[in-house]
Amino acid sequence: MVMRLTSKKKNPNVVVKPVYAGSYQETIVKSLTAHKSGKPPTAAILLSTDTFTLIDEEAIVPMNTFVKTDADRQWLKSFFPAFMLNGQIDNKTWGIPFQRSTVVMYYNKEAFKAAGLDPEKAPTTWTELVEMGTKLTKRDPSGNVTQWGIQVPSSGFPYWLFQGFTTQNDAILANSGGTTVAFDDLKTIEALQFWMDLSQKYKIHPPGVVQWGTTPRDFMEGKSAMIWTTTGNLTNIRKNAPFEFGVAMLPGNTRLGSPTGGGNFFIFKNAPEKEQQAAYEFAKWLTQPERAAQWSIDTGYVAVSPAAYETPALKTYAGEFPPALVARDQLPHAVAELSTHDNQRVTKALNDGLQAGLTGTKTAEQALKDAQAEATRLLRPYQ
Amino acid sequence: MTPTSSHVQAYLLLLPAFVFLVGFTHYPAIGTLIDSVMLALRGGRAPAFVGLDNYQAMIQDPVFWKSATNNLWFALATIPASMAISIVMALWVNEKIAGRQFLRMSYFLPTVMPMIAVANIWIFFYTPDYGLINQVLQLVGIKSQNFLGDPNLALMSVTIVAIWKEAGFFMIFYLAALQTLSPSFREAAQIEGASRWYFFWRIQWPLLMPTTIFVLVNALINSVRMVDHIFVMTNGGPNNASSLLLFYLYEVGFKFWDRGYASTLTVVLLAILAIAGLMQFFLLDRKTHYR
Repeated sequence: MVMRLTSKKKNPNVVVKPVYAGSYQETIVKSLTAHKSGKPPTAAILLSTDTFTLIDEEAIVPMNTFVKTDADRQWLKSFFPAFMLNGQIDNKTWGIPFQRSTVVMYYNKEAFKAAGLDPEKAPTTWTELVEMGTKLTKRDPSGNVTQWGIQVPSSGFPYWLFQGFTTQNDAILANSGGTTVAFDDLKTIEALQFWMDLSQKYKIHPPGVVQWGTTPRDFMEGKSAMIWTTTGNLTNIRKNAPFEFGVAMLPGNTRLGSPTGGGNFFIFKNAPEKEQQAAYEFAKWLTQPERAAQWSIDTGYVAVSPAAYETPALKTYAGEFPPALVARDQLPHAVAELSTHDNQRVTKALNDGLQAGLTGTKTAEQALKDAQAEATRLLRPYQ
Repeated sequence: MTPTSSHVQAYLLLLPAFVFLVGFTHYPAIGTLIDSVMLALRGGRAPAFVGLDNYQAMIQDPVFWKSATNNLWFALATIPASMAISIVMALWVNEKIAGRQFLRMSYFLPTVMPMIAVANIWIFFYTPDYGLINQVLQLVGIKSQNFLGDPNLALMSVTIVAIWKEAGFFMIFYLAALQTLSPSFREAAQIEGASRWYFFWRIQWPLLMPTTIFVLVNALINSVRMVDHIFVMTNGGPNNASSLLLFYLYEVGFKFWDRGYASTLTVVLLAILAIAGLMQFFLLDRKTHYR
């Protein structure tokens, strides 16, 4: 899924030596350790949220260094604006979108029919989500739930799915400078309260922390009629779901919304200049509409530019399988993924708070006030 | 040969071992100790000396204390349980029973499988509603539990995986030790009419003591070292309910990139292990009968 690339310039061609480095976390560990020991890779695909960390470690160079011609400037403008948000800081572009996603809702059309709902109409508001979720939750005579209405995973990185709720409630979790967060904003607290209510009040969502990894399986087993997960799961669910399913944008409250997610292409600062230039050429090649279209078809990730959706390959694919377009259509409502200085630590403060709320250990307000206090303490040096 | 030259020769012969010992054990340990009083600065700037600030921060860090207490419970559960199970399994597969090769292999299987792979399988065992364990529970009328997503159950759930993984490994040591015991002990016990329990408790157990010490040391080390499955199963959650010291250390070192604080945690971990190791060698070794 993730590759790290070292490239060497040979006129006029570029020779690229790809290194598979494992997950995003393993890749950043390898890349940053290599950077610290003075032998960085030329370029790497890393989480777009690690941009601040990479800047603070002085590991990367902005793309602007290499943008010289009009064609270059045109290329930089060719991406979906939502995908540029996490990579653009201080008027510079630090990362180029490569494999990007949003959160979408998958729903079981057969379960909808069985519950007397229109299988072509997924919930579009929080109220509808609760109403339909209630109808879709089935219990056996002894009261055990045999089918949950809605399931939003909360293990590992709950902040990402939580950003669905907060965006829909019109809260933005961090400023673009990555120096302040709004975890204890009233709208943020309301968003967590709603997520908690789904299981604690309406009882249409499994209790406690829900595993990210088993959520697609829960859906395909029919244990949950609606799930929220990455659009990157599309190909997997399409291949394995034994029933007809639909893909929809997340429901909205005061507005529609989802965070973006996924990996950007970064060029390392301490690599030789010639290699950096080659890496830049490689980034341009990788993001060509045809390449981006193929990558999207193979994985389910969103192709990074509108032009990719105009290619014959992606047009044909979307004609056969319209759900492939939902994530793209959601992009105008998408916001930057939560990212700040000292990102993983600040994010952990929020993750811990969210899990404390969802497991009933703390109230929504207490959980987020604690997370805010911790995040504020961590961000003080950057203000 | 004069005494001096024989000393020189001895040290020369030991030199390769010394190089590795210093390079991979002593130098990193001292480096860690130095790093633990430094504040790592971003962007490759030289770290600043901050004295005991990192230790102060550690004492005030609730996640550290949570991980430490979790680790204590994890150790208190995994060490005795995996040892007890391994000895019972070893006694069982040491008997002349049909299919014992198959049994031995089955018990040993968890040890040879990679932890990351088995953790992925265990996630599905623990899955609410349709997971294996919950299906069995529901058969006997117990409500489905969210094992990995409930703060009261998460630590217990990852502990059980560790015990399952370790018991088979220790069984091999006990089995090997049991097979070195002379059969004449058993024959003598049978002639004397000793009960099975009496034979085990008075003859086998004391003779297995050296193995037990070895296994105990290993179990203790593993109780702070086995964290692979945490990454896969819970990521330390919910809300740090299943975070262990080494897992937290990884987070601080390689997610937060806080080298100074990570070194502080390493020093504490080293100290705990050193104390435990010394206690074992001084207290238990004396009471053990080596043949």
